[in-house]
Amino acid sequence: MAVIETKKLTYVYPGGTKPSITDVSVKIEKGEFTLITGPSGCGKTTLCRCFNGLIPHFYQGELKGEITVTGLNIVEHPIYELAKHVGLVFQNPENQLFALSVEKDVAFGLENLGVSREEMRKKVDWALNLTGIYDLRERAPHELSGGQQQRVAIASVLAMQPGVIILDEPTSFLDPLSAKKIFEVIHELNRNLGITVVLVEHRLDLTARYSDHIIIMDEGKVILDGETREILRSEEARLVGIGIPKATRLYQILRKDGVKLGNTIPLSSDEMATLLREAFKA
Amino acid sequence: MIEVEDIYFIYPSGVEALKGISLTIQNGEFIAIMGQNGAGKTTLVKHFNGLLKPAKGKVLIDRVETTKVSVATLARNVGFVFQNPDHQLFSETVEDEITFALRNFGFKENIIKKRVTWALNLLGLTQYRKTSPFMLSGGERKRVALASVLAWNPKILILDEPTIGQDYQQKEKLRQFILQMKTQRKTTIIVTHDVEFVAECNPRVLLMQDGKIVADGEARKVLTSPGVLTQASIVPPQVAQIFLQLPDLELPKNVIDIYEAQKILLNSLEKKAK
Repeated sequence: MAVIETKKLTYVYPGGTKPSITDVSVKIEKGEFTLITGPSGCGKTTLCRCFNGLIPHFYQGELKGEITVTGLNIVEHPIYELAKHVGLVFQNPENQLFALSVEKDVAFGLENLGVSREEMRKKVDWALNLTGIYDLRERAPHELSGGQQQRVAIASVLAMQPGVIILDEPTSFLDPLSAKKIFEVIHELNRNLGITVVLVEHRLDLTARYSDHIIIMDEGKVILDGETREILRSEEARLVGIGIPKATRLYQILRKDGVKLGNTIPLSSDEMATLLREAFKA
Repeated sequence: MIEVEDIYFIYPSGVEALKGISLTIQNGEFIAIMGQNGAGKTTLVKHFNGLLKPAKGKVLIDRVETTKVSVATLARNVGFVFQNPDHQLFSETVEDEITFALRNFGFKENIIKKRVTWALNLLGLTQYRKTSPFMLSGGERKRVALASVLAWNPKILILDEPTIGQDYQQKEKLRQFILQMKTQRKTTIIVTHDVEFVAECNPRVLLMQDGKIVADGEARKVLTSPGVLTQASIVPPQVAQIFLQLPDLELPKNVIDIYEAQKILLNSLEKKAK
């Protein structure tokens, strides 16, 4: 079942002269881990803003075409209602956190939904544990490191137990090890709880390995859409300047040089190392 | 030339951000400063343009101590592009943004015009000349901030996280530009978490941890030393990770470049076939 479905979605920001996205038709299935990528300014962030109703409710502007998220037509449902189903995590956690303690930040969305105290306690603790920040619950968010702050932002979204989480370059301000840990948390939420994940990211080196589905955009349009390994196998991805993982690229160039490597295209260094080990044994 | 002599810095909150740093950066060097969030990277580079002054020790830019000159004077030679472009942008159009500093430095109008056109073109922003920076995407705003500094052609360029939100093509352009700076004997210093970008450029890497420099050397050496990297919260680049996982195959260490990896693997497989 498609959790998110758009048909010929076109959108112009207020005062804009041309559409930021044009005729976008995509389907995201329940439980999928989808990666959305493409050159800077290609419309990825705009598309995500449609997925949780920020477009058109907050940004206004002109939206054409159809879009349903968890079966709801986003135009007919207000943001607070959509927020129960779709959580959004931004690039910079500083823009998202504001409360005096981690716990209060995580509870904020639930307070707005009028959840009972007892229920709230349970959900907040659950989210704090899943993201590994239970011990930080009484700390002030602004005193935490960037990686910890981003975990708080993810916990705040998780506490609402949405079926879909959208993350817009959630680790670009983090050091590589903290970034890796965040992606691992997101991956576990996807695998263990079946949460649908939509991740906007340029750095496929870090993220391709977790994804089932990749959507590549350019100039407001979807230019490639399909299973991650299938898409990365095709040369087209390179032509539009997508930085495909180095491990994948190395596999491609060695195969072109006639090296016999297994048939499954690697998405990570681990997978590539395994293929090379086999090639050396052969 | 930048000379740093045993500097310490303490924020008013009491956090000791730099704990005894000494280093020399020659003209024409390309430096990447890496390390965990909070390691002191941004604090260190803010000393290079006088935004911060050390509590102890000295920073000299071309043999002049930063405490002896104003930030405005230093800015002419040391351009600084912040991590978050929104801390820097304020004009109504992209063109005005780039023109602003040039006017402040007293450039002539005909030169300003040329410089603005050059910077817009270099960063792929020509189509946005009359657009408000706030209408642009995060990655595009970042390039406007960069254009506004490049336009005045500083001798030392400091870029805090220049690759955030930039796609592969933009990063490649940035790499080419930095190489150009090098040939003009100009210095570029980037603060970055982007190990893949650093692997492609192979600059001198300064690895920071807890207010100190814990490694200083060529990227191919520093980025292939797992021990010191893990301590500093850095993950080796993907090519290095592949080689680090195959220690028993007797391949060379210190490989971060994909085409070098290709050559080495082809040679080794060929030898093995014989």
